Amino acid sequence: MTVTFPQKGLPWLLLLPQLLVTAIFFLWPAEQALEQAFYQEDAFGLSREFIGLENFADLFTDPLYYQSMLTTLVFSFSVAIVGMSLALLLAVMADRIIRGKLAYQTLLIWPYAVAPALAGVLWWILFDPSMGPIALWLKSAGIDWNHYLDGNQAMILVVIASTWKQISYNFLFFLAGLQAVPRSLIEAAAIDGASPFKRFWTIVFPLLSPTTFFLLVVNLVYAFFETFGVIDATTKGGPGQSTTTLVYKVFDDGFVGLDLGGSAAQSVVLMAIVGLMTVIQFRFIERKVQYS
Amino acid sequence: MHNLKLASVVVGLSIASSGFAATQVEWWHAMGGANGEKVNEIAKAFNDSQDAYEVKPVYKGNYTETMTSAIAAFRAKQQPAIVQVFEVGTASMMAAKGAIYPVYKLMRESGQSFDESAYLSAVTGYYTNSDGQMLSMPFNSSTPVLYYNKDLFKKAGISQAPKTWQDVESVSKKLQASGVSCGFTTAWQSWVQLENLSSRHNVPFATLENGFGGLKTELKFNGPLQVAHISKMGEWQKNGIFSYSGRTNDGAAKFYSQECAMFTESSAGYAGIKRNAKFDFGVAELPYWEGKVKQPSNTIIGGASLWVLQGHSKEEYKGVASFLSYLSSASVQADWHQFSGYLPITKAAYDLTKGQGFYAANPGTETGVIQMTTGTPTENTKGLRLGNFVQIRGIIDEALESVWSGDVDAQTALNTAVERGNAQLRKFEKAND
Repeated sequence: MTVTFPQKGLPWLLLLPQLLVTAIFFLWPAEQALEQAFYQEDAFGLSREFIGLENFADLFTDPLYYQSMLTTLVFSFSVAIVGMSLALLLAVMADRIIRGKLAYQTLLIWPYAVAPALAGVLWWILFDPSMGPIALWLKSAGIDWNHYLDGNQAMILVVIASTWKQISYNFLFFLAGLQAVPRSLIEAAAIDGASPFKRFWTIVFPLLSPTTFFLLVVNLVYAFFETFGVIDATTKGGPGQSTTTLVYKVFDDGFVGLDLGGSAAQSVVLMAIVGLMTVIQFRFIERKVQYS
Repeated sequence: MHNLKLASVVVGLSIASSGFAATQVEWWHAMGGANGEKVNEIAKAFNDSQDAYEVKPVYKGNYTETMTSAIAAFRAKQQPAIVQVFEVGTASMMAAKGAIYPVYKLMRESGQSFDESAYLSAVTGYYTNSDGQMLSMPFNSSTPVLYYNKDLFKKAGISQAPKTWQDVESVSKKLQASGVSCGFTTAWQSWVQLENLSSRHNVPFATLENGFGGLKTELKFNGPLQVAHISKMGEWQKNGIFSYSGRTNDGAAKFYSQECAMFTESSAGYAGIKRNAKFDFGVAELPYWEGKVKQPSNTIIGGASLWVLQGHSKEEYKGVASFLSYLSSASVQADWHQFSGYLPITKAAYDLTKGQGFYAANPGTETGVIQMTTGTPTENTKGLRLGNFVQIRGIIDEALESVWSGDVDAQTALNTAVERGNAQLRKFEKAND
């Protein structure tokens, strides 16, 4: 069923603010990045030289860049999977609670209000090998925690720090999704003798699939683009390059190293990757998603 | 800037008592916490001392943030008159000829008396061009020293601070035997364990006088001395004599908590250690390898200097020049040095501090100065002037971490770092030629 409006101008007028915001904060910078990627420039912008595809050639001949891609994949999927499964678990539990429901829900949503860099610092303190409470507790449990030396531990730390605040966001959507599942379906299944576990996997979870799919996209995009603050505050991409993701490299080379051309080339590649990912997701995965 | 001036005129007029507005000079800096308050105090004292100019200090975050925001502001033509830039950014600033107003020129053109020989050459060496002219005004310079826990030393029956790295090893073993878990840790590993190691042994870190001779410089820190030292530290990491604690100065926690008995850190770390250490501590010179050098050379500096940016009025520059003169006056410098642990930048400030009996009352505070001023700086010990140095330090950090974790041997790690670092130098050369 389609609703049509007689006016032609009003919809455009209503869309205008959003279009303007997109143009100013996305299209314009994106165009600038694209242009910058073909130049080599000193930090102050005093001299500028067109160097064609050299920035890209530098990137794709650098074995560390490929390593960074691999790191990004491991990091992003870990963040998405850990963040979504924990959020789902919490949402299912919060959905069942009757007394004090609002308090639990509020508490679980809270971390989302914390800025990424702050979240990073928080986890950095908790896991500091010499004074962090969690690190000391791990040590007493026989695990030698030192993310300054151990790349895998550093990866675990950045995944935890990045996931933590994202759980709240996921939780909110899963909870809304759960509350939209018709009670009658579950009751009918219960009368037919389906166990709670079975009811969840055969009825609730499939009905949640649009939410899950949406969250997967959002989480991957979050892990790809918005996590450099967390990484900067916890590991600074180290030890070695074990937590240098693509977006952290963009930030580090561009803002710290002032290599604007190289950094712009990287962000163009990153944009292309995310664009490609989104197309794949919507074209192939969305078909398997069921909307009620 | 124009609006700001206008605003200050309006404010000036609305206050009936003052007939005219002082020229505003903006100063972006990276001094947080207690040092930041001190900076405000210095600016206020200058403002109170005359009424033609008003210096406005603005805290812009850490060194990197301050430098990048100044550069961004320059591109947007909103730059401050003075910006504090860390030593690593020196080459980038120097290469930006159209953006900076060299301090020696500013002083001459503003008619300020300015005697370059009044400054400690080990400090200004970092910031002068090949003709010996000062391009920026040193403000907060520090140099690495060795802090040690006297209580733990006493318990282990050690009476003297280690002088050489050989001593550090034997002392650490004794400490470990007495129950201390770690001998030493370090802050700023590239600066202390490679850059200063090289200058202390008068060995090049890079060709062409460590980069002072031009943009064609190449890294040289994979020589036998550096490889031997890093490989020894890798070995020490395994047996607990050394314990790696991160790229910046996170290691301070290990020293405060008495987990590590020694800590190689900036002389400017003194105030923090004094506040946090619940034990008696001493300050010793940065160790050297006995047998590798007869007489250890001076160490090189870290910290930051003040750069003057182009694009302001003549009147403002007069204010900048008179502020810089004020800043390097003996009393202001001596006060800043004593407060922060940064080095005095002039001989007069050093002598004044000595005369006031500060070093006698605060043992260890003179160590950095003595270490900096031993002998005349050579081309290997004058400092480092490398383009893209921020990135090169990152590359070095990565290489060292791979040695500490035991993944790669020192020679291979340093070779890789030199190769990757050289690529950064070539990139810088191309962008600035």
